[in-house]
Amino acid sequence: MSDSPVITQGALEAAHHEHPPYQRHHFETIGQQNDATNFAMWLFLLTEIMFFGGLFTAYLIYRNWYYPAFVAASHQLNIVWGSANTAVLISSSFTMAMGVWCAETRRKSGLVLALVLTFLLGLVFLGIKTIEYSEKIEKHHVPGFHYSIQSFVNPASDPVAAAYGDKPLALDMAGKTELYFFLYFAMTGMHALHMIIGIAILGYMIFRARAGAYTSGHVTFVENFGLYWHFVDIVWIFLFPLLYLISRHQ
Amino acid sequence: MSEPTKHDEHHIVSPKVYLVIFLALLVLTTLTVAASFAELGIFNPIVALAIAVVKAVLVVLFFMHVKYSTRLTKLTVGAGVFTFLVLISLTLSDYVSRAWGRW
Repeated sequence: MSDSPVITQGALEAAHHEHPPYQRHHFETIGQQNDATNFAMWLFLLTEIMFFGGLFTAYLIYRNWYYPAFVAASHQLNIVWGSANTAVLISSSFTMAMGVWCAETRRKSGLVLALVLTFLLGLVFLGIKTIEYSEKIEKHHVPGFHYSIQSFVNPASDPVAAAYGDKPLALDMAGKTELYFFLYFAMTGMHALHMIIGIAILGYMIFRARAGAYTSGHVTFVENFGLYWHFVDIVWIFLFPLLYLISRHQ
Repeated sequence: MSEPTKHDEHHIVSPKVYLVIFLALLVLTTLTVAASFAELGIFNPIVALAIAVVKAVLVVLFFMHVKYSTRLTKLTVGAGVFTFLVLISLTLSDYVSRAWGRW
């Protein structure tokens, strides 16, 4: 539009029908614009499904290949922290959904409160994740040069493995626990990166919401961010049982 | 799908619905944690995944408004999940049919 002659713009201005100021001119109706942005957001989320899907598939295959290693390694995750984080993330999805409702019904202070709560719950999630990661660092369970198979070749030396009554793994199988932790850090790390990006956008949205940007009828941004946030929640809904829960007994 | 979608009134999901879904998600989380403490053998991962799928469906339908969305959105979500399942099945069929159990 930048290089269109002024006269054309003036003609358009005169010709086009009534519509809200946030409706772009290439859309017939505001409904069409909403559908188009919603569709585009979902297309983006589908690429995200495929991206995380690749990681989940790798986990599925390697868990079956190196089953004893994956069982022993997953015992190292703390089920209490994992459950707490699941509750935190579900709560943040709820506050985000309430934020969308506040934007739709033009409740400015409600929207700001919902966004702030979502922001804080996101930070709590990352805080708990930090505690979990630092446990892994202390025990040399981070893949790389300093990785230690101590907990798996000699479970008696490790309080967590001992509590589960883990049997010592043969040296080659114990080495495969590194693959579990590689996938653990890749999956939870990519998830955490999505959380960090989401929290950054939330920070921006809180300022815009305070200025009344989303409570004037134009809710697309809040709505589409809500879709993103709920998607990140869904990824965790699958990560939690697969990483923390399904190998409790073996 | 002959008509352009009818959508001009925007459906607003009520907070009551959000609250019910939120509580359902918390209950299902408790359930999946409890199930992991029970000895179910092969069914441990199956139960865990089934509960996760139910939770994900609740989030998609209500928090993400797909239940109230246009057919285009529903089709997009469905096509995405379907494609994802196709890709997983093809990958797994390759692994299963080549050297399963001989690594």
